[in-house]
Amino acid sequence: MSTIEDWTTEVIAAPARQPLVVDDQAGQTFRVHRSAMTSPDVHRAEIERVYGHSWLYVGHESEIPEPGDFVRRKVAGRPIFMVRGAKSGNVNVFHNSCTHRGALVCRQDSGNAKVFQCFYHAWSFDSEGTLKGVPDREAYSNGLNFDELGLARVARVESYRGFVFASYDPDIIDLETYLAGAKEYIDLVVDGCGGSVEIIKGTNEYSFDANFKLLVENSADGYHAQSTHDTYFKYLVSLGTDLQGGVIGEAKRLGNGHAVIEYTAPWGRPVAKWEPLFGEQAKVEIDRIRAELIDRYGEERARTMCEVNRNLIIYPNLIINDIMAVTVRTMFSPAPNRVDVTAWELAPTEEPSSLRDRRLDSFLTFLGPGGFATPDDIEALESCQQGFEGGGVEWNDISRGMGRGPMANDEEQMREFWRRWQQQMGDAADLGGAR
Amino acid sequence: MTAIAKEVTRSDVEAFLYREAALLDDWNLDGWLELYEPDAKYELPCNDKLDADPERDLLLIDDDHRRLQARVERLNNRRAHREYPHSRTNHQVFNVRFEPDGDRIAVTASFTVWRFRGGKTSTYVGKYRYRLRPAGESFRICFKRVELDMTDLRDVADVAIIL
Repeated sequence: MSTIEDWTTEVIAAPARQPLVVDDQAGQTFRVHRSAMTSPDVHRAEIERVYGHSWLYVGHESEIPEPGDFVRRKVAGRPIFMVRGAKSGNVNVFHNSCTHRGALVCRQDSGNAKVFQCFYHAWSFDSEGTLKGVPDREAYSNGLNFDELGLARVARVESYRGFVFASYDPDIIDLETYLAGAKEYIDLVVDGCGGSVEIIKGTNEYSFDANFKLLVENSADGYHAQSTHDTYFKYLVSLGTDLQGGVIGEAKRLGNGHAVIEYTAPWGRPVAKWEPLFGEQAKVEIDRIRAELIDRYGEERARTMCEVNRNLIIYPNLIINDIMAVTVRTMFSPAPNRVDVTAWELAPTEEPSSLRDRRLDSFLTFLGPGGFATPDDIEALESCQQGFEGGGVEWNDISRGMGRGPMANDEEQMREFWRRWQQQMGDAADLGGAR
Repeated sequence: MTAIAKEVTRSDVEAFLYREAALLDDWNLDGWLELYEPDAKYELPCNDKLDADPERDLLLIDDDHRRLQARVERLNNRRAHREYPHSRTNHQVFNVRFEPDGDRIAVTASFTVWRFRGGKTSTYVGKYRYRLRPAGESFRICFKRVELDMTDLRDVADVAIIL
């Protein structure tokens, strides 16, 4: 019989490392521990290790076409602004903070400015970030070093086909290497739009009570479409859309945590698949767009552009969904159980009005906080988050399709995200480690 | 002033807007839709583009009558998960002004819509812009545009309800 002394002096072996993401290829199961979505420690580490060392989407070059045009954003929760330099014509991305004593120097969401003047003590900077004006500068007996006091640039800024990314990590690999296989899918979207795209005016800025990773999963989840979005499909049917054929396609890993699902689906595509929602007279135009793309890119690539939907996850927090319209969506969790989403619609530059009208219409049937689908996704994700908070069940199962060539309604695209996430998080995403 | 505008009083307009609000708060959406003309439109611009042109810019909602009807059918369906069970709402209308617009009445009003669901409170504040057609003792809605004063939807998540 053991005594209390025996029990208290027993040496407990250090437990083997137990990651929050368990990728069991032999057993064909993939599990994610729910503390990945709930733990404040995991969340803190994530901001440092994931957001601090990734390329993060800032905005699109089309949003600032003219010298001095700017947009103000939060990227990974940090205030920055993107401005087209009046001298260089370059896209500059600055930390939005006066180098004097910290106030925001850009205090509007968008606009055009020659000078960004801090209202606190009236220090002023030009669109290249150079410090230009300091009132009463004689008061600094040794003089002020204007070169050192320019606006601070975000460590790295690069763009690919108009999509501007920044990184807070000065040593990160270059953007194109980082994007890896995702580049080809950005190409498909942009080339399908005739080679030049723009962000349509009107931004969806909404937040809800769930972790951002749930929205990454949800943004490329073919499996949930039928059950969650039944009312949307009913609407399509009421317009005369044929649902037979369903959602068919595959999931692909694109490297570095990026992934895509590619599939055909019942809905129409502005580029370029007709559906009853578009109206009879649109048929001619849809055929013309398709013929032009065939001329330019050949039958096979044009078919992919026109017929195939793609939900693209660009690790860690950018989604480009080229579906019934093209949406660009970025998200960040300011707390484990909260997500801030900012989303836009992307379209061909100078699109003819009939096409634009149809594209806008197509977007609104499904997407956005007033659409027929997005609110139900929000409900699903908040519901998951509430389920996690209850405890009792520790793991999410993300194994779907492991035993087969992954389909669009499987979960391989999510697994690819999670594998990279675990790799970046390292021991900060260990069970019994940081919690 | 046209004959129509002379006949219409503020209390006529207010009574009509209150009736609409009550239909929404009662979740009598079929009854609510009957207030709308067959070619009516219901628009809700994005928070950062209140002057949006629905033919060029992205709105949150840009419904013609057909999609408005689909919205009502959706919200009456148990599978509109965000609104099943329904929120409790309270549509409040005030600062009502109107002027004649041809044979129609152009109305602007301020609103607050309170939405309560699952322990959460959401508040929508903004302006209504209507074009109403006088019809007998009452009106029909030709056009309704909802312009939100909130700078974004961070506090309310979505606009799954009808404002």
